[in-house]
Amino acid sequence: MTPATPKPETITRKQSIIQPEPDTGKPLVFNTKGLNLYYGKTHALKDIHLPIAENEVTAIIGPSGCGKSTYLKALNRMVEMVESVKITGEVLYRDSNIFDRSFKVEELRTRVGMVFQKPNPFPKTIFDNVAYGPRIHGIRDKKTLKQIVEKSLRGAAIWDEVKDRLDENAYSLSGGQQQRICIARCLAIEPDVILMDEPTSALDPKSTMKVEELVQDLKEKYSIVIVTHNMQQAARISDKTAFFLNGEVVEYDATDTIFSNPSDKRTEDYISGRFG
Amino acid sequence: MEYIDIDRVKKRMDKRLFINKMVKGIFFASAMFGLVVLAILLYRVIADSIGWISMDFLTGLLSTSAERAGIRGAIIGTLWLMAIVGPVTMILGVGTAIYLEEYAKKGKIHSIIQTNIANLAGVPSIVFGILGLTIFVRLFGLGASVIAGGLTMSLLVLPIVVVAAQEAIRSVPSHLREASYGMGATKWQTIKNVILPASIAGILTGVILALSRAIGETAPLVVIGIPALLIPVPTNVTDNFTALPMQIYYWTLDAVLVAEYANLAAATIVVLLIVLFILNSAAILIRNKFSKRY
Ligand SMILES: Nc1ncnc2c1ncn2[C@@H]1O[C@H](COP(=O)(O)OP(=O)(O)OP(=O)(O)O)[C@@H](O)[C@H]1O
Ligand SMILES: [Mg+2]
Repeated sequence: MTPATPKPETITRKQSIIQPEPDTGKPLVFNTKGLNLYYGKTHALKDIHLPIAENEVTAIIGPSGCGKSTYLKALNRMVEMVESVKITGEVLYRDSNIFDRSFKVEELRTRVGMVFQKPNPFPKTIFDNVAYGPRIHGIRDKKTLKQIVEKSLRGAAIWDEVKDRLDENAYSLSGGQQQRICIARCLAIEPDVILMDEPTSALDPKSTMKVEELVQDLKEKYSIVIVTHNMQQAARISDKTAFFLNGEVVEYDATDTIFSNPSDKRTEDYISGRFG
Repeated sequence: MEYIDIDRVKKRMDKRLFINKMVKGIFFASAMFGLVVLAILLYRVIADSIGWISMDFLTGLLSTSAERAGIRGAIIGTLWLMAIVGPVTMILGVGTAIYLEEYAKKGKIHSIIQTNIANLAGVPSIVFGILGLTIFVRLFGLGASVIAGGLTMSLLVLPIVVVAAQEAIRSVPSHLREASYGMGATKWQTIKNVILPASIAGILTGVILALSRAIGETAPLVVIGIPALLIPVPTNVTDNFTALPMQIYYWTLDAVLVAEYANLAAATIVVLLIVLFILNSAAILIRNKFSKRY
């Protein structure tokens, strides 16, 4: 887990076809093209175009109800768990449309992990929580599982805190620790992209800082999309920022640009706290 | 401008407090009524059974002479019945509940099935007896056997298990499902590894409550022709059998002929009550022991 680790080979596998965004040489993990999403009659996402670059942190900001979570859940198709959902347009994950019939949703979700707003460990031991993903993907060997668990817990910067209590129920941990267990659980499936939906909103400042630092470390190996209500957080940890409003992407740019020199008046109003 | 006149409030106070007390009295009396009736019932039964419950009574075979009669056959018959009802309702009931909660689309058909299950729970047990007689005893030619009785009883208590299991499954927080699906787990893996472990306590409680209903039911057994007077003890599922409530029914009916039969019936009721008490305690223990926080 040293920062100098070369990119995993899975990531270098495909770099071709998609043209990277003008201002970055990095290939894209996701490219959203004309995505529309309806909950019954509610038009929650309107013609979204958004690239997500590899090994970067992309922040999604916007007022409550603007479709941030919906967009994030569209990326791993969790949004389809709502029965009334209808989707048009494409989301390309490394060149293939995730909504294609031939694209298996289980496969997508092992490449694209998710960390939720509220820490949601299983009522199982810490070990079993982290080993959950590898186990469902067929890893049975005790030794391998142990190695994965340790690696993931280290990756989530919580190994030292829990290494002597792996057999305890995950609910015996604090909220901040639980959230990092959930991050470790997500790392254990060795994803390519990690989606985080307000991962620190239920945490105290200190745990928040830990998770923020962690996100910085993680982007060396993973591509991260993070939804946040916290402007400072977006400014601190992200490379790109997308501003959502009423289901549309109003502005997408390098985080520095968005926060120092936004081109849309509404973005400026939002980040300066005039609404939302 | 004051809306509340303190003098009038004071004047009304006594009346309000009196009504308050009276209402409490009414509710207390309602609660006591049930308890008193139950106490009288228990007292009569236990008084009648005193001196009749012994090891010989529990392990002895049925006999026409009251002094030598035992309920071994009925106890073993009841156990056989439970051995069918338990697994059958567990598998069918939990399967139905999982289908309805996790697989079925929540549309019109779903709500029709749902309403029907709720209604089935209220269908008189004798109707299930007729169903069992038609299908299992006659159509399948199973006769008044353990398997026919067990399947009939299973149908009768199935709605209880389905509803209890559905509630248990529904109470598993959706963020646990999301966590599992979010890691690429299939539906079945999520059910097996997350949903069932988190809801097993509620499911087991439902199954036990269903068993305690089945253990005391008499009408369906009467309808499908379970004999009350049966000396041999069943040894497999195709044997004829009798059960504790049938025994009680028979002895109570014939108490006009032999007075001591009333005591035998009372003694059997006490045995049945003890079994019920044990089952219900188990249900409560399981519920407390497994009740988890999420
Ligand atoms: N399950 C659902 N069924 C119907 N409508 C929904 C559902 N989930 C979200 N919506 C609607 O879609 C829109 C976008 O919701 P979404 O949860 O994506 O907002 P959000 O930007 O994440 O807000 P917040 O910052 O409060 O989390 C809202 O208008 C919301 O009411
Ligand atoms: Mg949200």
